[in-house]
Amino acid sequence: MFYREVGQYKSSYPADQAIFPLSNDRIGVMIILLIAFIWPPLSGSQYLMGPILTQLLVFGLAALGLNLLTGYAGQVSLGTGGFMAVGAFGCYNLVLRLPEIPIVIDFILAGLMAAAVGVLFGIPSLRIKGFYLAVATLASQFFLLWIFDHVGWFTNYDPAGVASAPTQTFFGALTGEGRALEFLAPIDVIVSGPNATPETKYVLTLAVVVVLALLAKNLVRGMTGRAWMAIRDFDIAAEIIGIRPLRTKLLAFAISSFYCGVAGALYVFTYVGNADTEAFDLIRSFTILFMIIIGGLGSVMGSFLGAAFIVLLPPFLNIVASNLGEGTLSGAALANLELIVYGGTIVFFLAVEPLGFARMWQIVKEKLRQWPFPY
Amino acid sequence: MDLVDFLFFVEVLVGGLLSGIMYSLVALGLVLIFKASSIFNFAQGALVLFGALTFVLLTEVAGDFWMWTGWLAIVLAGAAALIMALQKLNVDGSAVKQFSDKYLPRMPIFIAAFVVIVLALFIDGGQNMWRAVFVTMLLFLMLTTAVQSPKWAIGVLLGLAVIALITDGAVTYRAFAVTLAVVIGLAMAIERIVLRPMVNQEPIILFMATIGLNYVIEGVAQGVWDADVHALDIGIPDIPFDFYGVYFSQFDLFAGLIAAALVTALAIFFQKTRVGRALRAVADDHQAALSVGIPLKNIWAVVWAAAGIVALVAGLMWGSKLGVQFSISLLAFKALPVIIIGGFTSIPGAIIGGLIVGATEKLFEVFVGIPFLGGGTENWTPYMLGMFFLMFRPQGLFGEKIIERV
Repeated sequence: MFYREVGQYKSSYPADQAIFPLSNDRIGVMIILLIAFIWPPLSGSQYLMGPILTQLLVFGLAALGLNLLTGYAGQVSLGTGGFMAVGAFGCYNLVLRLPEIPIVIDFILAGLMAAAVGVLFGIPSLRIKGFYLAVATLASQFFLLWIFDHVGWFTNYDPAGVASAPTQTFFGALTGEGRALEFLAPIDVIVSGPNATPETKYVLTLAVVVVLALLAKNLVRGMTGRAWMAIRDFDIAAEIIGIRPLRTKLLAFAISSFYCGVAGALYVFTYVGNADTEAFDLIRSFTILFMIIIGGLGSVMGSFLGAAFIVLLPPFLNIVASNLGEGTLSGAALANLELIVYGGTIVFFLAVEPLGFARMWQIVKEKLRQWPFPY
Repeated sequence: MDLVDFLFFVEVLVGGLLSGIMYSLVALGLVLIFKASSIFNFAQGALVLFGALTFVLLTEVAGDFWMWTGWLAIVLAGAAALIMALQKLNVDGSAVKQFSDKYLPRMPIFIAAFVVIVLALFIDGGQNMWRAVFVTMLLFLMLTTAVQSPKWAIGVLLGLAVIALITDGAVTYRAFAVTLAVVIGLAMAIERIVLRPMVNQEPIILFMATIGLNYVIEGVAQGVWDADVHALDIGIPDIPFDFYGVYFSQFDLFAGLIAAALVTALAIFFQKTRVGRALRAVADDHQAALSVGIPLKNIWAVVWAAAGIVALVAGLMWGSKLGVQFSISLLAFKALPVIIIGGFTSIPGAIIGGLIVGATEKLFEVFVGIPFLGGGTENWTPYMLGMFFLMFRPQGLFGEKIIERV
């Protein structure tokens, strides 16, 4: 009754091939986006915008990137943290050394750098499959972080190896006095660094993520996505029907790394404000893999649902535990309890619904179609 | 290259080979499980940490704990025996029969839960709640797994009672025996509770489940301890000895011997015993093995038990080398390149892979990493090496050739 497609006839190909062919979905997504853009900035809550929503968006984007590679193209990767680090430190250096570039272009360039590195580490995927590949991708994780740790140039020779996001405006330094784009100065805002407002950072992150998510959605229902899925389902068969494994797999690595790289850049500039290599360690890679497994492999929306679950679980556990265990448990014991519950929840979810939240959402839709009538 | 340089090279090489053996110890557990059930068991590292921590815990606990455990085991064994007797004595249609049909199959678990909780309240007199919870969970897991067959349960429990009550002076042996039982119990419980219900899922789902398990085990194991390093002494001095001008670590040599013994034992087990033959059949083809009547479930339990034993041995070796601490579970990351080089399904591969990884990373670090690259290369050299090997042999050196058909 609440989710019915009856009576929605499509009379043209564009209508049939729209991203959201059902008006229910279309309107729902519009409303969610509208709320997401308007409500948090109006509420003015820094906690909601920063640690909760921005974090969710950043990791959702990284999860989406990994999902393109693992969920759609079927190549398991444990090197997500490394690719995020490339984006993060790449973007940091771009802004630091070429402040004239508008920040959005910086993000794109950082993503492209990550994509290049991703292609490099994706080359073995042509020969290695399954878990062998998963372990081999760990090479990128360890090697890239080692480089960022040992080559001081990447962190601008910071003694602690921390890259702190410099203050940067949306259009870059060219809007300064006497520069080419000075006329844009009145509408220019500071988007990173200590002087940026949480509202700006949040809205910028949201805008970037929405655009990239729409792109991904289109990508996976087009030829590229279908080629990826064919490779995922059976690479030899796919090769025989004329899909080129080399191009398809490397493209998957490139685009996946692009998304991860942009997520890494957002992590530094709009979420935390600084980053060292610890932020992109192996645990991060695993966490993001968890997000897509719990959210649903091969689902754009699932990436964000999974990210929401993984991001919101620790604060939730924290609140519950601190209310329950006030005074009786030490901080270390609480941390361990959280670890146990975290791991246990993940195992439970995998046992109950291995296809993740995306599948659960489908079931809910089917129920909503009939409810409250029996059929 | 003069003699001193050459001796130094040999020293580094042998040191690397010997530390590589230590990686192989962890890798062996991974290979065992992957061979039998195609599960990539990421929790092996946590199992290693768990074994070492449990051992240290048990050598440190007071005599009261042993007394309680011993009596508890006797009570439980008695209860299990009583249940078996009752089931045999049943008369059809009687109230006893109805009652026992309904509740007796679950009785051992109820008893185990109840007695274990009572026991936990006594241990440490409420001083360390976490330790009590930890021991509770351990014993509960162990008992619920063992009690699936009452005969086994009685045997295990009586054995435990004997160990706990009689071997009064020999703390190390006592702790080792109980730790062995606990780790085997835990490994079998993991298989039974977590992985068996998920059988036939995608490999990656199972892999992620073992990562989740890894968190749980690490959390439980750490919950008992602070973040301190706990010394573990198994009585082998770690003094280098001189062999024609080359210094070897006595401890590493001993670790090598242990690994060799373990591999020999596993090889004999796989090649010469009935269960071993069944294991090889399962490794070859699950469905074919099942169709000729090999009990798949029992085989998996055996494999996990074996993996538990290997994890304990690895935990003891690593623990006495580095001290028992959280970083032990991270050393499992060294086992990953070992098995991609050796092949996921090959036990000799795990050993050879370990040797290759150990030697390469030490030589590279000493002769290239520290002089030219600023050190710290040991993290990634094994993976790069693994990637290189895989380019030429995608199934590892000794893995089964991957044949794909459309």
